[in-house]
Amino acid sequence: MKTTTYKVAEQLDKATLVDFYRQMALLRVFEERAAEQYMLGKIRGFLHLYIGQEAVAVGAIHALGRDDYVTTHYRDHGHALARGLSVNAVMAELFGKATGCSKGMGGSMHLFDASLNFAGGYAIVAGHLPLSTGMGFAFNYLNDNRLVATFFGDGALNEGEAHEVLNMSALWNLPVVFICENNLYGMGIPLSQSMSNTQLHKMAESYGIASAQVDGMDVLAVREAAETAVQHVRSGNGPYFLEARTYRFRGHSMADPVLYRSKDEEAEYRKLDPIAQYGEWLLSSKMATQKKLDAISAEVEKQVEESIAFAEESPFPSPEDLYRNVYAQLP
Amino acid sequence: MALCALRRLARASGTSVRFQRRCLVTGTAVRQVAGQEEGVVIMEVRDALNTAMDEELANDDRVFLIGEEVAEYDGAYKITRGLWKKWGDKRVVDTPITEMGIAGVAVGAAMSGLRPICEFMTFNFAMQAIDQIINSAAKTYYMSAGEVPVPIVFRGPNGASAGVAAQHSQDYSSWYSHCPGLKVLAPYSSEDAKGLLKAAVRDPNPVVFLENEIMYGAKFPMSPEAMSPDFVLPIGQAKIERAGDHLTIVTFSRMVGVALEAATELEGRGVSCEVINLRSLRPLDRHTILESVKKTHYVMSVEAGWPQCGVGSEVAACIMESEAFDYLDGPLLRVTGADVPMPYAHNLEQLAIPQASNIVDSAARLLRL
Repeated sequence: MKTTTYKVAEQLDKATLVDFYRQMALLRVFEERAAEQYMLGKIRGFLHLYIGQEAVAVGAIHALGRDDYVTTHYRDHGHALARGLSVNAVMAELFGKATGCSKGMGGSMHLFDASLNFAGGYAIVAGHLPLSTGMGFAFNYLNDNRLVATFFGDGALNEGEAHEVLNMSALWNLPVVFICENNLYGMGIPLSQSMSNTQLHKMAESYGIASAQVDGMDVLAVREAAETAVQHVRSGNGPYFLEARTYRFRGHSMADPVLYRSKDEEAEYRKLDPIAQYGEWLLSSKMATQKKLDAISAEVEKQVEESIAFAEESPFPSPEDLYRNVYAQLP
Repeated sequence: MALCALRRLARASGTSVRFQRRCLVTGTAVRQVAGQEEGVVIMEVRDALNTAMDEELANDDRVFLIGEEVAEYDGAYKITRGLWKKWGDKRVVDTPITEMGIAGVAVGAAMSGLRPICEFMTFNFAMQAIDQIINSAAKTYYMSAGEVPVPIVFRGPNGASAGVAAQHSQDYSSWYSHCPGLKVLAPYSSEDAKGLLKAAVRDPNPVVFLENEIMYGAKFPMSPEAMSPDFVLPIGQAKIERAGDHLTIVTFSRMVGVALEAATELEGRGVSCEVINLRSLRPLDRHTILESVKKTHYVMSVEAGWPQCGVGSEVAACIMESEAFDYLDGPLLRVTGADVPMPYAHNLEQLAIPQASNIVDSAARLLRL
């Protein structure tokens, strides 16, 4: 962890700080076990793992209120779990079971939970950015002081619609926190080969949007930066753009053989593992003992193990469900 | 535009001139009703749409309009005339030229409890936004297993206008009615326009509302019932515009008027046509089509869009797949737009869109007149 003093560390209590470790550990174990289940054929289609990026979801989502909305892209398991969706419901959804958070109808890329104000999970790159902007529009319209935090990758900033809504959110002063998880690759293309301007938060500035860049491997730095963003937006100052520089330790998806970067590069970034870093910080600031951290690891392992059993035992949707929910009915 | 100049000239010269509204493509007189019955009001389609939106804005605070030039400009085709002045910036929202962004923002607002009416200046420009219409609006309720409904209306003119050439003239009826999760409506008359638009706004699903630019100025009688602020037409029900016994013509939108014209001419030749105005392309009122075919034994579909995989293809298929097939004395004939991008030259444009004469000729062939 680069900075040794964190304002936010003084504001949050020890239990919360230790819980960040638990959350990140849960996300990590979940993704690793999901990868195994994918190789066993229990999870089908596409699986985009969040391994390495845990600090962004955990740090940023903690800065939000219960009533705020969270939207994200297809690398969404981490955000779903950080938002509070149950481990069982997410694993079951990956398995395509009726007990999944989207009842098996969405899968990995389409996790939904309206009660937690979590709307996916979106499979079209940048497709959810206008949706999120629309949520911000609604919150302004309804005058209810909510905001929406929308997570997306560096690759999304090449889509036209991303720019359309950066413009509109600034033009209309919408309460949107744009969180760009810059993991330096848009699928197989490194940033320098797809972006004329690799300082992504500067792009937002060109629209008149307040912005910042943060070390996305440092959960407390992210938490602090997110706090700034949320305060800015909630005070009616319009949107905020936070660029979190991070790294995904695995490929774009399970189908990606990752031939476009070197093992040496990956090894260098592994040294910045957000969970290992944070564990060290907790130990050195006497917030937790190694025994406590080990207990947490064991606990989340068990949770994920149980979720796999839950998913296994759950039924698939029934054939009648094929035609359910194509249309909403009038109450 | 030429009409206005001529009117000014006429007024200036002191002569009194009355111009009959003419269809700019076919040159035929748009149906006007002479002589008003008691309680019957004559209303332009444009005003029917305007009234529908005004009433829905009044009825529900969550309803708002969004689109290019809908506010201060009063709408590119004046459909939203006066609404911004009455309801203000919050309820009638002008946007930059940014269709994909607008559509997505509107869908996001619908996901958050509002009820947007999203205007596309024409549905040609909606192609910029089609990912948001299909992937966001149409599919989200299903993918979320009912967690996230999307109560939105996408409306605007669809299909050919007059002399606007290929990129401004495409008919999207077939594309949108293909997709589960969407409802797709195509009004013909002023009553259709008002009743169906109100129904669309009140429906909790994404509705694609396909208007027609040439029909905006067409006038139709409105019953007292249709003038009521509670007037809503059911979605998924076709209307038999003209009952008949010898030939079923299944059609929608502006082609209803063209079919009615053809029906009048065919009447003179002893053929009684039943003209079905579909009103709703998805859900499609298959029951009305099939019952009519069982009665008349001959069927024709008429649409302005391209033939391959058009709405007529679906009508043909559902007749073949039903018991109505056994009642047919001849195959379904499709009368459609020509299988070409829309040409500009006026004479070619008229050859590219079904005229009453095309329908009459096809009927004559089908019925061996």
